[in-house]
Amino acid sequence: MARVFRFGDGISTDAIMPGRYNLTTDPAALAKACFIENRPDFHETVRAGDVIVAGNNFGCGSSREHAPLSIKASGVSAVVARSFARIFYRNAVNLGLPVIRCADLHDAVQDGDEVVVDIEHGTIVAGGRTFQGEAPSAVARRISEAGSLVDLIKNHGWAAIEEVV
Amino acid sequence: MGTLVEEILSRRVGRPVHAGDTVVAEVDAVMAHDVTGPLAIDAFRSLEMPIWNASRTVFSFDHVFPSNSVAASELHRRIREFAAEFGIRNLFAEGICHLVMVERGFIRPGGVVVGADSHSTTYGALGCFATGMGSTDIGVTMATGRSWFRVPETLRIEVTGKLARGVQAKDLALSVIRQLGAEGANYLAVEWGGPTVSAMGLSERLTLSNLSVDFGAKCGLCEVDAKTWEYLHLPDGGDLRPSQASYAGVLRVDVSDLEPQVSAPPAIENVRPLSELAGTRLDEVFIGSCANGRIEDMGIVAGMLEGRQVSPTTRTIIIPGTRTAYVQALERGYIDTFVRAGAVVMAAGCGPCLGRQHGTLGPGERALSTSMRNYPGRMGSPDAEIYLANPAVAAASALAGVIADPREEN
Repeated sequence: MARVFRFGDGISTDAIMPGRYNLTTDPAALAKACFIENRPDFHETVRAGDVIVAGNNFGCGSSREHAPLSIKASGVSAVVARSFARIFYRNAVNLGLPVIRCADLHDAVQDGDEVVVDIEHGTIVAGGRTFQGEAPSAVARRISEAGSLVDLIKNHGWAAIEEVV
Repeated sequence: MGTLVEEILSRRVGRPVHAGDTVVAEVDAVMAHDVTGPLAIDAFRSLEMPIWNASRTVFSFDHVFPSNSVAASELHRRIREFAAEFGIRNLFAEGICHLVMVERGFIRPGGVVVGADSHSTTYGALGCFATGMGSTDIGVTMATGRSWFRVPETLRIEVTGKLARGVQAKDLALSVIRQLGAEGANYLAVEWGGPTVSAMGLSERLTLSNLSVDFGAKCGLCEVDAKTWEYLHLPDGGDLRPSQASYAGVLRVDVSDLEPQVSAPPAIENVRPLSELAGTRLDEVFIGSCANGRIEDMGIVAGMLEGRQVSPTTRTIIIPGTRTAYVQALERGYIDTFVRAGAVVMAAGCGPCLGRQHGTLGPGERALSTSMRNYPGRMGSPDAEIYLANPAVAAASALAGVIADPREEN
């Protein structure tokens, strides 16, 4: 079972990874700074497999990939939000951090609730109910299957994307 | 045929494409800066591929320049070493990446450019499809010269009316964000048009395209006209306009009665008329950024600070966006005016906008900034407050030490 870390609407990349903390590319160092001011106990309390559940426009603002990278390096297994900012969503897919758009989960869970996320099918079980997330685009699915954008392009080139569009 | 973004991407891939299609397209240039660059380099190196085109690859040292820490210097060193290894000469330490990209001739009407910074939308003012991405996408483009794009649906913003004195493009953008919300254009192309935009200079159009990402847009495009080519010092290559376009939505805005707008904390869509916030005490005023750091913005501010003193209780920081703008400001006497007025003038770059150096806000402090982001913690402490406004409002507020109306200045 994964525990829920619940966040509200409009969580920016400045809240996930403030600009004063991302002068490094080391994932472990970034994990220590993840939500350092927005939720200072996050790094101490998050465990491998936990899930972030958020409201609207998660990851808005700066394109800094340090934000999804810090979440991934924290051990978070998936981010489920009502909506994502465009660049954050794409960055997360590129890095292999599972992201699921789901309209209803946010209102149905509390911080610390236990949930089961089926990343392959985009479903979340919480409190005995099953929530269905939106299916990713064909391109996002292709990247996720490869593990990351780097792995996809390195091993298959752009043809891997051109053949699914 | 179609919206501006459909027209540009159709030309690029050599076949008609429409909103909803996904394309893999060649780019004209790829950019990263001192904070996003090292992660892009990591992605590039993981690919184990040669570089696509060193002369179209750009690194800008601007987010932490001059470096203020060992960590920042280390990032800069990694970029310099990478550039030397791959023969990249476009290493610029002369101001904010988006302004430098325009000044240095990397942006062309009808082009396609990607950057590892969300405000890469700025180039849309020149009729260039340009969007911000993360470092991994940018590293892949550095290796392949291409990226993939879903052709976005377009929101047309049709603007009529004449802006009143003291009211600028920034106020138009903020009023649109008030109406649409911070994700009102998520995944969409925004097309800024109508007689008011046609009448604007390029500096103002660049402000509109810059702020487009702050209500979610993938790109913020303006039509190409004679002014566009003139701004770029290029021979007139003709207009570029949408034709028989089908829009996801059309927002009609009449700016005739628009007053200066202020985005109040804690989020950009919390936009209020200036009159509601006038008198709010300020600890800092920052004038600069990729939204409002051009020479035209400096001119507006100099005109208001000439022969006067900024409030001694407010630290006023002014940063011309590029070295070129700085030199022009020197030649025109603006820098002299700023310094004599008691403002601190700093080296061209991003400055306090992202809280990493110069004027970092402490808890309880309140700033008014001409930049474009006021998320909690953006400019320093999460317990500081950030108000966003146009340069004239910022200058009037610096003089008064409180949020003030430039229209009440002589």
